[in-house]
Amino acid sequence: MKIRGWKDLNEGPVIKNPGNSILYKTGSWRSFKPVFLKENCTDCLLCWLYCPDMSVVVENGQMRGFNYDYCKGCGICANECPGKKRQKAIVMEQEGK
Amino acid sequence: MRGSIKLKDISEKEILLASGHRMCSGCGAAIVVKMVLLASDYPIVACSPTGCLEVTTCISDYTSWKIPWIHSAFENAAATIAGVETMHRVLVKKGKAREDIKFIVFAGDGGTYDIGFQSLSGAMERGHDILYICYDNEAYMNTGTQRSSASPLGADTSTSPAGDVIPGKTQHRKNMTRIMAEHNIPYAAQASPSHYNDLMKKIRKALEIKGPKFINILSPCNRGWRSNSNDAIELSKIAVDSCYWPLYEIENGKTTVNHIPKEKKPLRDFLKPQGRFSHLFKENNIHLIDQLQKKIDEDWNRLLQSC
Amino acid sequence: MKTISAVTGNEAIAEAMRQINPDFSAVYPITPQTDLMQKFSSFHADGYVSTEVVLVESEHSAMSACIGAACAGGRVVTATSGPGLALMWEMLFVASGMRLPIVMPVVNRALSAPLNIHGDHSDAMGARDSGWIQIWSENAQEAYDNMIQAFRIAEHMDIRLPAMVCYDGFIISHSISRVEFLSDETVQKFIGDFTPTNSLLDIEKVVSYGPLVLTDQYHEYKKVQNDVISSIGEIVLKVADEFEKVSGRKYSLFDSYRLDDAEIGIVILNSAAGTTKDVIDEARKKGIKAGLLKPRFFRPFFYNEIAEALSGLKVICVMDRSDSFGAFGPLYTEIASSMFHMKNKPVLINKIYGLGGRDYLPVHAEMVIDELSEIAETGIVNHYKEYIGLRE
Repeated sequence: MKIRGWKDLNEGPVIKNPGNSILYKTGSWRSFKPVFLKENCTDCLLCWLYCPDMSVVVENGQMRGFNYDYCKGCGICANECPGKKRQKAIVMEQEGK
Repeated sequence: MRGSIKLKDISEKEILLASGHRMCSGCGAAIVVKMVLLASDYPIVACSPTGCLEVTTCISDYTSWKIPWIHSAFENAAATIAGVETMHRVLVKKGKAREDIKFIVFAGDGGTYDIGFQSLSGAMERGHDILYICYDNEAYMNTGTQRSSASPLGADTSTSPAGDVIPGKTQHRKNMTRIMAEHNIPYAAQASPSHYNDLMKKIRKALEIKGPKFINILSPCNRGWRSNSNDAIELSKIAVDSCYWPLYEIENGKTTVNHIPKEKKPLRDFLKPQGRFSHLFKENNIHLIDQLQKKIDEDWNRLLQSC
Repeated sequence: MKTISAVTGNEAIAEAMRQINPDFSAVYPITPQTDLMQKFSSFHADGYVSTEVVLVESEHSAMSACIGAACAGGRVVTATSGPGLALMWEMLFVASGMRLPIVMPVVNRALSAPLNIHGDHSDAMGARDSGWIQIWSENAQEAYDNMIQAFRIAEHMDIRLPAMVCYDGFIISHSISRVEFLSDETVQKFIGDFTPTNSLLDIEKVVSYGPLVLTDQYHEYKKVQNDVISSIGEIVLKVADEFEKVSGRKYSLFDSYRLDDAEIGIVILNSAAGTTKDVIDEARKKGIKAGLLKPRFFRPFFYNEIAEALSGLKVICVMDRSDSFGAFGPLYTEIASSMFHMKNKPVLINKIYGLGGRDYLPVHAEMVIDELSEIAETGIVNHYKEYIGLRE
């Protein structure tokens, strides 16, 4: 995003594009990435709830995977995932592996 | 309003804090804000003092807020929102604003327990119709983990470092939730993101109450606590299960404990995974753990007795 | 219809605030502003105003609440004095930086230590760099008139900046004088309706107020602020013209008194100008060509216009009712700056007078005029900066 110059700042420090931080992608911060193993998922959606970066994609109440544009790879989703039969539906992998 | 929160239902809702914010990886505060916003069905206007949340969610020309939001300074979130809330009353009377808007502050412990304490106390006393949420990460994290009056005894922070002579912070933390309740406000509570159902129900309940409300929410900070980036929920759960961070609410003076652990975990379980307490496990400091445990037990018993 | 009353300065301003009937006021009492807010609170209690008055726990919170209320989109007023203004200091910059047209009477008072509740200009001078428009008033009438004009200036869509209306503590705030009030209707019509911009309460057009702005843009925000406040002169004069039409009283960027053919002059702010004018009249009777300039605005400072008005003088004394310790008084430095580019610079001296409410008497003005006359004759300056009216 182009940073506004002085001529565009006459209204003072106010941002009129709610939620435009989606233009700022934080996925590059990641050194580990969560990998989704659908077969172990019960759609409990705890990963969706606990994700600090709103990077878990849920459609119609079902876990669909990750939005890696923003995921910072913290691993909370994997840590909290109860999985199925002790098999986690999310595992962390080192980036670039 | 007090039914159980079904994640499938709320997963349909738009999350009003957008991705692309610059909170640290694994930040507890981001989870807290997200849960609070998900819990509400009202239009919300929010205010944050200067702090982690503020600098990471609104850094020009980007904002992560999809709701109206204001930051003005560090020590005055309660006074700022008091102005907004009062002007709302004026404009509603004039037919120039929607009536159902709710006002929420999201402030860290620095802006709540310390520098913002006066303005918070004033706003509570005056009875503004606001919900003040403290995301308590127990130190000034935005500026690099300096001690606050929310930092627990023994915590190794950058201004109460564990040294050869002084073993970290030498004072116990303030009991802010109780102090707020003593303002005779209709609702004060403690919550934890690990117990999301309890947390979100408290938000929903608070939003139905007219007047000042205060909810203190433990908000693990893996940078300042020197723990792992994936353990915000795990640590906040141990905090609850060890009674370090009891879940309770004080409604019009009546205290209810919302969660009594089946098996009360030793405080060590909460301290051990955190680098800020590692020095306490050395032989000459171990008495501090006992001191902390004693305080936690006393507070817990006092809480149970106050019900 | 006009009403003429004998009132204190604070009562005059309280009356202006009643007539303006702002949406919101957050305020903390402090001497000598206290009875202004007490009076306004009575208007509130008796239902003469519909303003929501929030009685906060400090001036810092007063300004913070005003900022919140202004962002929410209504007309906002507060008032303070001395240490109260000092406590607001951080928030003054936030109000101007956010471009919020808050109006605030400042009943000028000294700053501690030592503790002193009386009139001097240290408070407002300390806030001179805060980005607020500063309008200064010689007497209760001017304070009343400036208060009403302040809303038009601050809220003008090309300006949108906060404004403080300054008048001297006790000397003006607590002494009774003749004030001509406009009718409520005239005031209401003159100030008009408030136009909100980017209201925080507009949930259809969602805004975020107060972002973190780093090195890539902060500089630009400040440039805009400087440009805006520097260019308000035309609007000030237009508002003054309109005000003259409804009141019959004339205002400009500054007040010049017997300056046209003057050789020596005094530059002075607020109430002391009145005393000085009387002494100038006496001096004129003796054939001394003395005159006076009283800035109405300290921020912005109208350098060119003031320099032009002072250009014919040989010797000028700039009199400051506050000090910048280890430097010249704040008014002096502005006058010096305005003269710097002139070819024939007058001799400029600085007197510090009246701190902490110390009386400024005609004899002080006489002494200054005598000294100026002597400098005009001999060209010898003994003190460029000097305290006067001292107890030895």
